[in-house]
Amino acid sequence: MAAVQDHGHGHGHDDHHPTGIMRWVTTTNHKDIGSMYLWFSLTMFFIGGTLAMGIRAELYQPGIQILEPELFNQFTTLHGLIMVFGAIMPAFVGLANWQVPMMIGAPDMAFARMNNWSFWLLPVAGSLLIVSFFVPGGAAAGGWTFYPPLSVQGGLGVDLMIFAIHILGASSIMGSINIITTILNMRAPGLTLMKMPMFVWTWLITAYLLVLVMPVLAGVVTMLLTDRHFGTSFFNAAGGGDPVLFQHIFWFFGHPEVYIMILPAFGIVSEIIPTFARKPLFGYSSMVYATASIAILSCFVWAHHMFTAGMPVTGQLFFMYATMLIAVPTAVKVFNWTATMWRGSMTFETPMLFSIGFIFLFVIGGFSGVICAIVPIDIQVQDTYYVIAHFHYVLVSGALFALFAAAYYWLPKWTGNMYSETLGKWHFWLSMFFFNATFFVQHFLGLAGMPRRIPDYALQFADFNKISSIGAFGFGLTQVLFLYIVISCIRSGEKAPEKPWDGATTLEWTHLPTPAPYHSFETPPVIK
Amino acid sequence: MKLRLKSVKISNHVGGYMSSKLVSLVGVSALALYSSMAVGSKYNLQEPQSIIARETYDLHVVLMWICVVIFIGVFGVMFYSILKHRKSLGYKAANFHHSTSVEVVWTVIPCIILVVMAYPATKTIIKMKDTSEAAITIKATGYQWMWGYDYLSGEGEGISFFSKLATPKTQIDNKEPKGENYLLEVDNRVVVPVGQKVRIILTANDVLHAWWVPALGVKQDAIPGFIRDTWFTADSPGVYRGQCAELCGKDHGFMPIVVEVLEADAYAQWVSDQQSELVAAEEQAVADADKEFGMDELMAKGEQVYATVCAACHQPNGQGIPGAFAALDGSELVNGPVSEHIEIVVKGKAGTAMTAFGHLSDVDLAAVVTYERNAWSNETGDIVQPSDISQFRN
Repeated sequence: MAAVQDHGHGHGHDDHHPTGIMRWVTTTNHKDIGSMYLWFSLTMFFIGGTLAMGIRAELYQPGIQILEPELFNQFTTLHGLIMVFGAIMPAFVGLANWQVPMMIGAPDMAFARMNNWSFWLLPVAGSLLIVSFFVPGGAAAGGWTFYPPLSVQGGLGVDLMIFAIHILGASSIMGSINIITTILNMRAPGLTLMKMPMFVWTWLITAYLLVLVMPVLAGVVTMLLTDRHFGTSFFNAAGGGDPVLFQHIFWFFGHPEVYIMILPAFGIVSEIIPTFARKPLFGYSSMVYATASIAILSCFVWAHHMFTAGMPVTGQLFFMYATMLIAVPTAVKVFNWTATMWRGSMTFETPMLFSIGFIFLFVIGGFSGVICAIVPIDIQVQDTYYVIAHFHYVLVSGALFALFAAAYYWLPKWTGNMYSETLGKWHFWLSMFFFNATFFVQHFLGLAGMPRRIPDYALQFADFNKISSIGAFGFGLTQVLFLYIVISCIRSGEKAPEKPWDGATTLEWTHLPTPAPYHSFETPPVIK
Repeated sequence: MKLRLKSVKISNHVGGYMSSKLVSLVGVSALALYSSMAVGSKYNLQEPQSIIARETYDLHVVLMWICVVIFIGVFGVMFYSILKHRKSLGYKAANFHHSTSVEVVWTVIPCIILVVMAYPATKTIIKMKDTSEAAITIKATGYQWMWGYDYLSGEGEGISFFSKLATPKTQIDNKEPKGENYLLEVDNRVVVPVGQKVRIILTANDVLHAWWVPALGVKQDAIPGFIRDTWFTADSPGVYRGQCAELCGKDHGFMPIVVEVLEADAYAQWVSDQQSELVAAEEQAVADADKEFGMDELMAKGEQVYATVCAACHQPNGQGIPGAFAALDGSELVNGPVSEHIEIVVKGKAGTAMTAFGHLSDVDLAAVVTYERNAWSNETGDIVQPSDISQFRN
């Protein structure tokens, strides 16, 4: 590919924008907006993490010590909502904002002003969720899945949650439309679909999933709202409705949602592994097909969250088989990553460590996923700590580890400075250790019969809960180290070389200076 | 902290147990064995006590091993590569990037493994769904926060009772040492005979609950307004403990399920004891229907009912929880007309956590309404008689 071209000079109108707070309020620049998304999600990550610390502190030993049961339920509910909708999803959208235009040779996102709006909705929704702790009756306490009739019982906190979800949904839908339009219309000449970087591919597919399922979520929370306040009975048997209907609609959104949170992570890892193995991604086209298959299959498996709700035997069999089938494209991805590493020339900087950690732990989460798919076993582990362990392996050591990998990988490009490699490695190894201390033992708790969402437990669960709590405190503290690493990288990091990763092949590394200029690719590069 | 129970099993299966260390050790190795050799372990599913629980246990063991083997295979290759194919060792990168034949092979192999996993699972599922020809049918109803049981058919037909957490609040609040079956003990156990197929019909009164007894391999949601069913046949006598498994509000963690499995003759004895109590209670109810109770009598009974049924939300001091559960002390409704007070207790209030309590007896309802109207700072002086309640019902 061509040598680095500096687009920062010779245009004369580049960096003029309002300064101070108005720069951020009015910005339509994809890099500014990307940064705001990332800082927002990091903030929410610490808030959700604080709630998790509260949960683990209460569960440190049997008996009620810190959180009364009602408040405990509010903590678990808001922990889930904030982490899913406030931390993980916006972080991926932030990455898409920064990276998609640079990786496809576009000057910005397709709808720059809408991009600003989709971001600024988020702090509003986030504030509604946080404020809900302080209204009479407290925050929603019916779990992040807010099943009725329990969620019909709650107070004002539930309404605030419903509005927050509406707003977050609108933001997500606008963000995804923006991403789809950008990718389909603004690629550099010669960059055909099957030449796109894998991160861009996974986001394209994710954005379609979002556009498909977020309106379904909006619909179901609206039905809940009218059941609560306007006398409808969608989910109330006494009025001819059905509480289980809610679960079907919710999980029709909810299952694709888990792939929304993992597909971009696959994309990140598929960028980083080849870079640090200095070898092209193995099986590029099968990776694309596998991602698309996962996305399509994910829309046909929702009722595996409801095996204990009661359904006909054919229903259980169909959803079990369909769920198991997802293991196939997922396995293909893992094999492809392994084959990419095979006979590479590997180095192990922090992004690579987090990517390998991702594969290792995500596969454990995948295996427990297959085990959960088997109906008779699921009947035993449904709503237990086994399931908690399963989805934290997928969402924390899956999505979150990939986000850390991405942050370390692209920080030099964003800031022009290197992060501290030593501290980055500490961050990885401490996260790895404490994550497993927290969640591995939860598999045993679930198998032995500890239900989830309980503030107090029987005595035979005491020692594993103590280990899990200690692990969680360690994991939480370790993330403060990440904040320190990022801030010191921005403020006083060593100057990054033009191309710190010699194996990188995507446009932002090959065609742009480091740090990336405020406006990039005003003239698109030509891809041969 | 007092942890005398290093490796207590949830099910107090009859028979002594080895020292706790040994149990743990066997527990770890139980992963390698089949359900017939399973023991109480906190590393694995509980010792199975029904055919479904046994098959589930076996399925889990087999699947675990398949997963472990694949895991070692895949990561063996990956870690070999990580150790050998490093830049620091001077390893030069190859440049291959696809191979159709390899990719087809590693797509087909997982498919075959999945079929191997799905086949035995399918057989178990079909068995699980067959609730026909049960010897005994019991209806379990979830309430916030207890279970109600009605023996609908088979030996014991007509028996009906509520089953609540028996662990005292002082243990939960750490004011007293916790007992052996902390949070897993109830006042009235569900009693069933050994070796007989028991069908459990489930529903709920207010919100979703789930009836779960791990050792019997049974978990089924209880859904208000709908009926679901499941079944088990217990292998051997014993006491098997489980918990509500679907978030149902504040005291979700405090509504356990305890099933006591008895030999046939012991079960017959239990049934006849229950039935004579039932007859006595019915006679009492008939006698009480027209009886005029005194204030003291109603207050004493009402305090009991209040503590059992109402205090979880409205709190023992009647202050409720601001924003979540209404205060009764000084409440306009409680100090207002009696008929409105009775109505909300019997029928509940739509859209709130206040569910209907019409399933309580006339005497209990009369007592609790009287109690609420005269407890704490409430001083209406009203006495509500069972006949007032039956009048309201009609």
